[in-house]
Amino acid sequence: MAENGHNPGHEDGHGHGENAEYYSLRAEAMQALLIEKGVCTLDDILTMADKIDSRSPEDGAKVLAHAWVDPEYKKRLLADAESALLELGYDLPETAPKLTVLENSDEVHNMAVCTLCSCYPRSIIGRPPAWYKGLAYRSKVVVDPRGVLREFGTELDDSVQVRVIDSSADFRYLILPKRPAGTEGMSEEELAKLITQESMIGVAQALSPESVRAG
Amino acid sequence: MAGNAKYQPGDRVRIRVGVPPTHFRTPEYVQGKQGRIETLWGAFPNPESLAYGGDGLPAQPLYQIEFAQTDLWENYKGAATDTLLIDIYEHWLENI
Amino acid sequence: MPKVHDRGGWPNDDPIDHTEHKMEEWERLVDALNGVLGEKGLKNTDQLRRAIESLDLKTYESLAYYEKWTAAMEILLVEQGVMTTGEIDAKMAELKAGRS
Repeated sequence: MAENGHNPGHEDGHGHGENAEYYSLRAEAMQALLIEKGVCTLDDILTMADKIDSRSPEDGAKVLAHAWVDPEYKKRLLADAESALLELGYDLPETAPKLTVLENSDEVHNMAVCTLCSCYPRSIIGRPPAWYKGLAYRSKVVVDPRGVLREFGTELDDSVQVRVIDSSADFRYLILPKRPAGTEGMSEEELAKLITQESMIGVAQALSPESVRAG
Repeated sequence: MAGNAKYQPGDRVRIRVGVPPTHFRTPEYVQGKQGRIETLWGAFPNPESLAYGGDGLPAQPLYQIEFAQTDLWENYKGAATDTLLIDIYEHWLENI
Repeated sequence: MPKVHDRGGWPNDDPIDHTEHKMEEWERLVDALNGVLGEKGLKNTDQLRRAIESLDLKTYESLAYYEKWTAAMEILLVEQGVMTTGEIDAKMAELKAGRS
């Protein structure tokens, strides 16, 4: 137990402690009852699981890499993310929360959080990482964003404005990272590999082409 | 609906202080603080009603509000120009 | 004192834990079940949040993410009269017995 009385780690992550056995069985019981009572079918659940799995950071990276190479597309993406996503074949359901894209630059660095729970642009980049949902990130990023950036190995000069966006309502925020130097002439596929999950949340910059070649 | 919105981008507002016993989405760290309306998103069903099976109507204007970090935190450890943005429903806003 | 879930600016010296655990199958199904119930209009995101926020501090801080969702889903399904806690208990016992 940490000095300040908080119990780090376990609430961040996935069930692997002593509670997991109980809760996994309880979830299984509820699912069985729902199916028995005709509320839903197993197929409903499995289809939904596959649908959720079908979105990953690669999807976001694809869209954002396209925005890097096509300035007119970028304008449309920043003005109306959902219509722009539809152009690339991403049809977000009506009931999904609204998506908006924020652009990072040399002057402005945006980063997203949900301090109240775990709101995240799932409909385009899939499930959030464990740390995003955890108490440490949610507590610290609003009050000390540059400290959090440092934890992720990102150092920003004071001349860059850091803006933290707390997704407290119907909007989800996807960060368009700054396009790294030395990427002229790279293909969209190669550029997409530079756009990491962390850069789309805003805790890191996109990877440099050198780091990808070296790694 | 946007025509019925009380505030517009550029207006300065203060976030109300309150801890209702029921569900709400206005974190304590912005309550009582002053910020500037960055965006009027439009009207959305009220989560305080949706949370209990209500229909959330009438839809409430939702705003994105920007705060200077130095106005939110004592001894803020960052640049003076750093800001924080958050989406807050109209009934949590008051005139300064 | 902010509510258990209202974490912005809470004192916290813990380093951000970068460990990523592989999602268990039961968690994947809870995630999906949440989506199915939403699609069928039996619950919405705000209800789930409200249910999670009703957990006491100790439970909120000690349960893992999908464990909290499971607890919240039980609250919603029971309050709507879809099932009772007793039924869930009985089904758990049945599943456990079937495995031994």
